[in-house]
Amino acid sequence: MDELYRAIADPTRRAILDELVHRDGQSLFELCGRLIMKHDISSTRQAISQHLEVLEAAGLVRATREGRCKFHWYNGEPLRAITKRWPAKKRSR
Amino acid sequence: MRINLCSVPVDDQEKALQFYTEKLGFKKKTDIPVGKHRWLTLVSPEDAEGTELVLEPDEHAAVQTFKTALVEDGIPFTSFAVDDVRAEHKRLEALGVRFTQPPVELGTWIAAVFDDTCGNLIQIAQEVSS
Repeated sequence: MDELYRAIADPTRRAILDELVHRDGQSLFELCGRLIMKHDISSTRQAISQHLEVLEAAGLVRATREGRCKFHWYNGEPLRAITKRWPAKKRSR
Repeated sequence: MRINLCSVPVDDQEKALQFYTEKLGFKKKTDIPVGKHRWLTLVSPEDAEGTELVLEPDEHAAVQTFKTALVEDGIPFTSFAVDDVRAEHKRLEALGVRFTQPPVELGTWIAAVFDDTCGNLIQIAQEVSS
């Protein structure tokens, strides 16, 4: 679970997840364009690529290839563990 | 000195000629045999005396490595200006062109990216006047 919390602790990585939730299956080029223009994030393409690797290691992003282009897809499954552990509503006794 | 050429490295000049004329609407301007290849240039019907698009063979190993790396990251090799990206996107998709990026608004621009079937991604972009 530590890997998951570290993954979402970073604001740039949270912005990446925001963008993939908004539109899934983006190339690195599209993602970088959106982060620069909409979130004013000035990270290099290389840095964004490294953030994606951290998110992939935590299971929050999956990569596929179509033709020779790599696309990144959101996977919210690992986040279920958070509200399972700390429910939004208190469990009645 | 004037900027008169835009070069795009393609894996097959004949296939590229067909794609860039039949799908994108460029017109052939020059077609001269040069060794086993052709000096092949196209122009936009909107600017027949303007910048020529050169469809060059991509045989150089370094060029192929470069193209592969750009495509993997979704980076277009070059960009063409259009009046209406959303309309062009619709028109091209109906012709079977594959897009890696649908029209996305980025600041005062709208841009989309598609596969030219010759080893490149190409961007079309429109500046939106506010």
